[in-house]
Order: sequence, then C-alpha cells, then structure tokens
Amino acid sequence: MSDEPTGRGFTAEGGHGAVPLEGVASGVGIAPVEREWPLYEVFVRGKRGLNHVHVGSLHAADDRMALLHARDVYTRRNEGVSIWVVRADAITASSPDEKDPMFAPSGDKVYRHPTFYDIPADVPHM
Amino acid sequence: MTLTETAPDRESDEALERRFEATIARNDRIEPRDWMPEGYRRTLVRQIAQHAHSEIIGMQPEGNWIARAPSLRRKAILLAKVQDEAGHGLYLYSAAETLGVSRLELTELLLAGKQKYSSIFNYPTLSYADVGTIGWLVDGAAICNQVPLCRTSYGPYGRAMIRVCKEESFHQRQGYELLTTMMRGTDEQRAMVQESVDRFWWPALMMFGPPDADSPNTAQSMAWGIKRNTNDELRQKFVDMSVPQAKALGVTLPDPELVWNEERGHHDFGQPDWEEFMEGVRGNGPCNAQRMEHRRRAHEDGAWVREAAMAYASRQDGATA
Ligand SMILES: [Fe+2]
Ligand SMILES: [Fe+2]
Repeated sequence: MSDEPTGRGFTAEGGHGAVPLEGVASGVGIAPVEREWPLYEVFVRGKRGLNHVHVGSLHAADDRMALLHARDVYTRRNEGVSIWVVRADAITASSPDEKDPMFAPSGDKVYRHPTFYDIPADVPHM
Repeated sequence: MTLTETAPDRESDEALERRFEATIARNDRIEPRDWMPEGYRRTLVRQIAQHAHSEIIGMQPEGNWIARAPSLRRKAILLAKVQDEAGHGLYLYSAAETLGVSRLELTELLLAGKQKYSSIFNYPTLSYADVGTIGWLVDGAAICNQVPLCRTSYGPYGRAMIRVCKEESFHQRQGYELLTTMMRGTDEQRAMVQESVDRFWWPALMMFGPPDADSPNTAQSMAWGIKRNTNDELRQKFVDMSVPQAKALGVTLPDPELVWNEERGHHDFGQPDWEEFMEGVRGNGPCNAQRMEHRRRAHEDGAWVREAAMAYASRQDGATA
C-alpha cells in the first residue's frame, strides 16, 4: 500500500465529504507519545422516570472535568437531567459473545416468562 | 475495561469468522468487543477517524465568520453550529476508540498528514453568504452521506450517526434560511448568494467521492455493511434534492448539463473536476496548509493545559489518599 491516496477507494460516507480508505494509516497498533487524559464512559438519564443509558465516552483529567465535558458534549439540547461518568478502566464487563455460557442459565428457564403459562381466554385482567 | 474470562475454550478463527458473517447477514450490529476481521477493523478506523477529523477541521471555514456575523442572532446561531461540529468530532473519536485506537494517536496521524479530512474544508469562505451556502449545500451533502450510516453494521458508529443526523437538520435549515433572507435583500446581496453558490456547487458534488467505476473498495465496504449506498447513488440523490431547493431560493446552479431526465426519473448533470479534487487530497488545495497549520497550532498551544490538568488531578488524588 502506498503512502498517498490513489484516487481509488474513496467513500462518500466519510460524513462531511469523501475520505480515502487506501493509502492512509489506520492507527491500529500505534501508541501515542504524550500521556493521554483517562477515558470515561458517559451515561445520561434522558428524563425523570428513565434509566441512565450509555451514550459514549470522553477524555478528562479528573471526575469533575469529565462531568463538565459530558454536559457540553452529550447534552447540548436538553438530552438529559442527570449524568454519570465512570472511568472506563473501572468497568468490569462480561465476555462479548451473546452465546457465551455466561448467559446460558437464563436461556433454558422459559418458566420465568409470563407467556409460559396457559390461561383460559375468558379469564379477565390477566 | 476488564474482560472476565468466562469462555472455557477459545473458538477457532473460522468459527469466529462464520459468526461475524452471520451477524452481518442478519443485519445485526457488530459491537466493540466482538471478534471482527482485521480488514473490517482497519477500514472502520480509517473511515471513522477521518470523518472525525473532517468535523474538527470543518469548524475553521465557518469559525472565520463568527466575529463578523451581522447580528447577535446570527452570531449565536453560528456559534451553536460550530460547537455542534466539535461535538460531532468527539462522538466520532469516541466511536473510533472502541476499535482499539486512542484519540491522541488519531490526532497525531492527522497532524503528520497520514490521515486526511474532507477536501471540502480546503476551500476558503470569502463572503458571509458562504456561511449560508455551507449550511445548505455542504451540510446538505453531509446529511445524504450520514443518514444511511445510521444503519451501518458497526454499533457505535451507527449510534454516533443518529446523534449527528439530529443536529445536521438544524445546520442545513439555518443555512438555507440565511440565504433566503439575503435573497429578499438588495441586488448586491442576491449577487453575493449566487456567487457563493457558484463557488460551492462543484466542491459539494465532490463530497461524494470519485465515480463508482473508480471506487473498487465500495463492494467490500458494502458487503461488510459499513457502506449502504454507492458514491454515485448518493450524489444523484443530492442533485435531485438540491434542484428544487435552488429554484425556491431563486439561484441557478452552475452546470450547463444539468437537466431533468424523464426516462430515468432523475436529473442528468456534469462531472466535477476530479483532478482538482485529487490535488486537494494530496494537500495542494487552496487552504490545506492554512487548515493544518491552524490545527497544529491549536494542538501545540493546548499542550500545557492538558499537562497542567493532569498535574492538578494527580495532586488532588495525592491529597485524598
Ligand atoms: Fe457535522
Ligand atoms: Fe454540520
């Protein structure tokens, strides 16, 4: 692959205009020179009565700055009434695969769902 | 993020690849820590990172007019619009980071010229009417590109696009409204609008990239569900949308070949100057050097702030420990 875009392999879906997909670095496997601010994940409660939902991430030097940046980046149009930020390295996650044995215990317990039970059609309010 | 090792044994690469293909075939989304082919990951990083760079560099041409906006109302609108573009850049860097790269790395690649940004931002904003034309045509073209991306196969990218698309509508409408206001003004103002449209029409068509015949990567990107329409399809859609808008505005589009084709049910139109486009990509557009120089200066001038904030944070940590 050459260092310069060839004119082949541009995608319109670079958003605000086509960008080359050939002859540019991907950045995978390169480490930055400068030490970067830690990464935070951001969760926003859209309105009262709803759960906080993950909306994205950002970099900040500390917790308070993370909150302020989250307000500016993710709630410029009343998208939220409450924000949580948490350092990405403090999150423990399950393994990514949906077929993972992690979730197997719930797969075979059909009796946990209301549709498992046959109720006569003429019984009201159930 | 830490990964708990719950899987008892690792699957073979073929099994992983089959599952990836099946997820794409179901039109389901790929999520960050799913297994994915290296080519898919790298294509996404290139596309998302350069999309992000375009948003960030894209603040410059319009930012040029913030201090000179003709009224407080127009200034507030323009500030909000430019701030949104910063936000778009950040949503996208955030999506790129889920693929295992960092924002700082990507910034360094941009500054080193190893990644690009959209060439549209290498054109100067010579008159205030350009603020309106950019909103109408440039953000309008961005909407054409970005709406299909809401359904792209990579989850974080699609979610970022949904947020972006909601905001782009404001961008396009404020631009068009600005132009309609000028068109109701003096002859001189109407001439300014027409002159601005004449300069931006062809660069706006270039935003969709070279014709499909010259874009061999399109097929792979479409098979992966990253791309949903070809460059030419999107360009056609944009032209068809823009013609009635231009008519309502009272401007002409500078293309003698532009004509309605009854048989196709679409407009026929001429091709932009692709050599000019490639010159811009190679770094020789009208404002490339200025845009990069500005971005580099902003990054370097901000270095002491980034360091000071880190030093302050570690001192606070020390104090509470
Ligand atoms: Fe944008
Ligand atoms: Fe925009």
